[in-house]
Amino acid sequence: MTTLVSIELDESWVLAPDVALRPEPFGALAYHFGTRRLTFLKQKALVTVVNSLNAQTLVRQALEGAHVPEEQWPAFLKALGSLASTGMITRCDERKVS
Amino acid sequence: MTSVMHSRPQGGSLVEQFEYGLDAPICLTWELTYACNLACVHCLSSSGRRDPRELSTEQCEAIIDELQAMQVFYVNIGGGEPTIRPDFWHLLSYAVDHQVGVKFSTNGVRITPERAAFLASTDYVDVQISLDGATAEVNDRVRGKGSYQMAIQALDNLSAAGFKDAKISVVVTRENVSQLDLFKELADHHGATLRLTRLRPSGRGADVWSELHPTAEQQRELYNWLLVAGESVLTGDSFFHLAGYGESLPGLNLCGAGRVVCLIDPIGDVYACPFAIHDQFLAGNVLSPNGFSGVWQTSELFQELRSPQTSGACTKCEFFDACRGGCMAAKFFTGLPLDGPDPECVQGYSEQALLQVGRTIPSASQDHSRTAAPRGIGENLLQIGSFTPAAPPSRACAEDPLAGFDFPANLTT
Repeated sequence: MTTLVSIELDESWVLAPDVALRPEPFGALAYHFGTRRLTFLKQKALVTVVNSLNAQTLVRQALEGAHVPEEQWPAFLKALGSLASTGMITRCDERKVS
Repeated sequence: MTSVMHSRPQGGSLVEQFEYGLDAPICLTWELTYACNLACVHCLSSSGRRDPRELSTEQCEAIIDELQAMQVFYVNIGGGEPTIRPDFWHLLSYAVDHQVGVKFSTNGVRITPERAAFLASTDYVDVQISLDGATAEVNDRVRGKGSYQMAIQALDNLSAAGFKDAKISVVVTRENVSQLDLFKELADHHGATLRLTRLRPSGRGADVWSELHPTAEQQRELYNWLLVAGESVLTGDSFFHLAGYGESLPGLNLCGAGRVVCLIDPIGDVYACPFAIHDQFLAGNVLSPNGFSGVWQTSELFQELRSPQTSGACTKCEFFDACRGGCMAAKFFTGLPLDGPDPECVQGYSEQALLQVGRTIPSASQDHSRTAAPRGIGENLLQIGSFTPAAPPSRACAEDPLAGFDFPANLTT
């Protein structure tokens, strides 16, 4: 397995341009056309979070927007880290919240 | 086979979710033509002659449009020999231009230096060359005279053109199982990836299965080899029946028929899986009013397959969770009950059933074999046991639908 990327709450990430998300009853499929890699997002809340990622949004805001309870944030950060490690999501320019 | 109706569970493992089916296939196999220049003895689709009802270029484009709309990201194109369709290269480009990635299986006949250069220049295209022996002697017995040289030439052309990571697809048989290391060397030499698939008793494979499928000792040998090779060799989940030895091989270890995969044949018929071209597994046709998505989403057969199946005596086996009773098509085409063990059950539970006098092999519901066997290139060299080479074969289709996908062990949340 690829090494896990660490994702911080005050960073911005986006879905990689070569990646498509397909909704499914259990969540979504993420397909990377470049690497031909398929990954499964097994929770709808995670799909909501990933769909709301953009350059103007911090990970923290995406989690709050999807009403993810704070105690679940570490698990979500880990899931996002695994998406990042396979190139499904990419980091935007560093932006820190003051 | 009896389905046990339940509604989809919330959460649970991915395999449990897959058992209830997906909104669209993960990827599908599309046999573009039944025409083939070869006549392999074990052809899954009994290919040879073109079917006069073969879908037109426009109808194929309409399927691609629909796959794009359904977000089917990836198709495995096979046949027959798909590259001998005059519009093959057009359809290939049409698919990748519509966000439908392509892997196609070929015996290499049309992979000229020019085509190899074109392929090297494309993204989202994967080429899989079929080879069933690491030497001409072993390969040509099954695939026909000159077919080894044809495949090697294609691989040489691809690597000379700079095409990266072609696949060499091998159907594992009694005759080539001792060549696994040689296959790996051959793949490494061409910068290619080795892909091994299981010999299925489907199509003409039914005629040669009992003589060509690996023996019990060879299955164990194969399993040990696969455990060591790990993810460096692709199997497209082909050998999940071997999980009954104890340790699961990489992959889903799930029958995906009608749940996550299916097959579209050259006339647009949709079958549950590439190994099940038979009326019993026919779900509908893409030319019906609601198209492919209508078939995928509403066919009675697929609804039935998308619920946990009763598995009879197998459920009492301690390895049931690992192999789940094995391959539906392998059972069907050897005349075994669908709710019993796989014909190659590694625990030996099918041995008695296979010896049963009353066992009836279902008759083929279609056959596109040529009536006259090829002469020269592709000429049949194999005459074993009861198999008479009068039924001339072909294929480029040992195509497993989950091939090429990378199923990470640690699935995202």
